Amino acid sequence: MSNANQISCDEALKRLFEYLDHELDAEHQGEVEQHLHDCRACYSRAEFEKRLKGKLSALGQDKAPETVGQRVRKLLERY
Amino acid sequence: MKSNNPDREFFEQAVTGLLDRLYGAALRLSRNRDDAEDLVAETVAKAWASLAGLHDRQSFRPWVFRILTNTYFSARRKHVETSLEALATEPGEDGEESAFSIFEQLHQPFLLWWGTPEQEFLNRVLREHLTRALDALPEAFRVVVVLAELEGFSYPEIAHMLDVPVGTVRSRLSRGRAQLQQMLWQIAEEAGLMARTRSPAAPVIDPDAQPADKHHEQR
Repeated sequence: MSNANQISCDEALKRLFEYLDHELDAEHQGEVEQHLHDCRACYSRAEFEKRLKGKLSALGQDKAPETVGQRVRKLLERY
Repeated sequence: MKSNNPDREFFEQAVTGLLDRLYGAALRLSRNRDDAEDLVAETVAKAWASLAGLHDRQSFRPWVFRILTNTYFSARRKHVETSLEALATEPGEDGEESAFSIFEQLHQPFLLWWGTPEQEFLNRVLREHLTRALDALPEAFRVVVVLAELEGFSYPEIAHMLDVPVGTVRSRLSRGRAQLQQMLWQIAEEAGLMARTRSPAAPVIDPDAQPADKHHEQR
């Protein structure tokens, strides 16, 4: 393949998390995306990290207990 | 009680809408329900007191989370005999954990008809295992991981919240994630997940097997 924008597995993995976090500029985002499209091993890695990220993000979804709501409502009543 | 004060109405609506998220982050920062409650209440009080400093109300969320993290650090400084600087300072460089990846521990380059060990691992990992791994992270890493992974803030937003350069956020996040995976790996091993992931009942991998055919190999 002679694509000038082609990057190696090492480069793709180095930028993988920034890619998943949408922190790369459009050009680099496109390079990683293309690499993941072409490389099964890196694609599997990306899928794994994406799923792990999803599980991790669910940890922040605790519902605040009623006591917190009550305390905050009491504070707000004073304002 | 209905108020005619538009600031008060805006504030109540904004805070109420974010209460669960604030509590969720506070819980993972403080790792303790009572402290998390205090942290949320104190954050709300401080946010109201400094509402005039919020110039763009669209930015309420990063603004109030900045107050939450600062309040957390201040409380820690009071309770523990540690300075804010020590808590917020970059931990030592070049930790070995920076290279650790669960995927690399488990991935088989050959396709297995019954699934892949790394996906199987994720199927077995419980919320409780992840919570323990996250709670075990050093503070400077945990805060960044919570803000990025649980709350989805951008690197520049986190940098602003913690008063550190974006590069510092990037490196702490990278090392925090690697350490988190290392912790998770350890916890999963202790919980016996690995034995099941590498079940002896599963067919033995043929070391001479050829890589999977093109149909599977390429997407």
